[in-house]
Amino acid sequence: MNEIFGIPIQAFLGQLLLGLVNGSFYAMLSLGLAVIFGLLGIVNFAHGALYMIGAYVAWLSLEKLGLNYWWALLLAPLAVGALGVFIERTMLRRLYKLDPLYGLLLTFGLALVFEGLFRDQFGVSGQQYPVPELLRGATNLGFMILPNYRAWVVVASLSVCLGTWFLIEKTRLGATLRAGTENPRLVQAFGINVPLMVTLTYAGGAALAALAGVLAAPVIQITPLMGSNLIIVVFAVVVIGGMGSILGSIITGIALGMVEGLTKVFYPEASNIVVFVIMAIVLVIRPTGLFGKEM
Amino acid sequence: MTVSTGKDDPALPGVPVAKRLSVSRIGQLTWMAVLAFLLAAPFVGVYPIFLMNALCFAIFACAFNLLLGYTGLLSFGHAAFMGSGAYATGWLVRSAGWSPEMGVLAGTLAAGAIGLVVGLIAIRRQGIYFAMITLAMAQMIYFICLQAPFTGGEDGLQGVPRGVLFGVLPLADDLAMYFVVLAVFVAVFLGIVRIVHSPYGQVLKAIRENEPRAISLGYDVDRYKLLAFVLSTSLSGLAGSLKTLVLGFATLSDVHWSLSGEVVLMSLLGGMGTFAGPAVGAATIIGLQNYLADRVGSWVTVIIGATFVFCVLLFRRGIVGELLAWLRRNRAA
Repeated sequence: MNEIFGIPIQAFLGQLLLGLVNGSFYAMLSLGLAVIFGLLGIVNFAHGALYMIGAYVAWLSLEKLGLNYWWALLLAPLAVGALGVFIERTMLRRLYKLDPLYGLLLTFGLALVFEGLFRDQFGVSGQQYPVPELLRGATNLGFMILPNYRAWVVVASLSVCLGTWFLIEKTRLGATLRAGTENPRLVQAFGINVPLMVTLTYAGGAALAALAGVLAAPVIQITPLMGSNLIIVVFAVVVIGGMGSILGSIITGIALGMVEGLTKVFYPEASNIVVFVIMAIVLVIRPTGLFGKEM
Repeated sequence: MTVSTGKDDPALPGVPVAKRLSVSRIGQLTWMAVLAFLLAAPFVGVYPIFLMNALCFAIFACAFNLLLGYTGLLSFGHAAFMGSGAYATGWLVRSAGWSPEMGVLAGTLAAGAIGLVVGLIAIRRQGIYFAMITLAMAQMIYFICLQAPFTGGEDGLQGVPRGVLFGVLPLADDLAMYFVVLAVFVAVFLGIVRIVHSPYGQVLKAIRENEPRAISLGYDVDRYKLLAFVLSTSLSGLAGSLKTLVLGFATLSDVHWSLSGEVVLMSLLGGMGTFAGPAVGAATIIGLQNYLADRVGSWVTVIIGATFVFCVLLFRRGIVGELLAWLRRNRAA
């Protein structure tokens, strides 16, 4: 069997794998968005910009400091997490009592600032990041050639996603976090430092975005605009999945990435819009999203 | 305050209470002054293309504010409607040879029709989700404009002629075009004031203040919101149509999400929920962009973003909102 629905099976599986890789990024980003939204009640528009900064930190630390990919995996989340702490402490903190729309507008402004700064510094043309030595080459699976780095991206991001899910749903720390989402005043009354928890949650979400940025760096062009183009798709993913469920946003992210990949095979013209079309259909049939709760 | 009591106003010693101007009277006087300036502007050396561009964006921002300021719905995809109007008019006037008035009318209706579809989907969710859905739908329209055969892809539609309005008024003359745009702006502005002050507008405000209560009072909230959305998107389309005639082109930047963000900023900076605010905000932002474009290059984005952050943190009432609050404080004292 060399063809499936008239498409060479190699091309088919190749696009499916690409979709899976994209889906992993969607999953990581929508997971971060969901965690931040859960505790802060803010839709973090700057998430795409933080992802972009993560990729640039990787590229810069290789170019300027000679630090390799594995260092970048550690450094970028730390640096962007620190930036997250700064953003939350100095700005977001003032908005919690206001309409959540202000949070969206503030983070949108921040995204523009970051994008503009990086565009001024690095221009609009893309930067290349080499695939790390250890993950070069490809493995022949018999029915397809699997590039090692892509496999690593999928495995790594799935592990990070599931790790986050475990942390939030199954540990004591996660229980406190979830309690903080439900009733911050009560949790505070139990002697837990809720403001600190909120800061760390935002920083954690930011770090996740940066980690996704480093993972993406070798498979994409690093440009200042890479984040905002992605974040709008991730918003659609979040609307489809519903922000209430962590596992839901992971599954939705992966599934939509693969649907997008398949669309590239069968009807490439629609691959840009397929996620939005699905969003519209889901909203008509089930307005709260696939995994959302009634509000 | 029709009868003079003969007592002095405590805030303004020496001025009898009856002589004070009410806040709304000051508003009227300001508007007359602004209108007089706009009528005279092209004759005192203000570049008419710039004025027309600013007026188109003022129409856009006022239309947007009907939704955000008076209904409490944040649409983060309004560029899609301005852009649809721009593309529809551009294509009809250039390729199908329609007259400018029919082109503008069609552009307005096209944007309204697209607004109806997007609105039907988006009003199924509230608050922050509404913003995300409109943004996503607008991005879909952006990609359609990028790929559709009749939009000219990356180049957009170039060389759209202005034509002859109603078969008598040649719009190629900048002055004629300017007064047409000004007339449309005044009409839209008064129309929005009328809508907001009508019983329908009061229901919109009730929805903004407390949606569950409006529902429990028996209002079909979704229908009201949808009508507001369609009105707002049609007027945004009108702004886009006019802009295409003024500048002679429609491009992808008319449908890009950054423009959706800019119109939010115009409303916010000028003052959400005030009539004049969005127009003031539009004029400020367009003026700022014009001024900065040749001077600072890519820093424009940074400055726009920083203005956003500043407005959200420290200046939520906006220019007009702050002025009104200051006036009211003074009058109340």
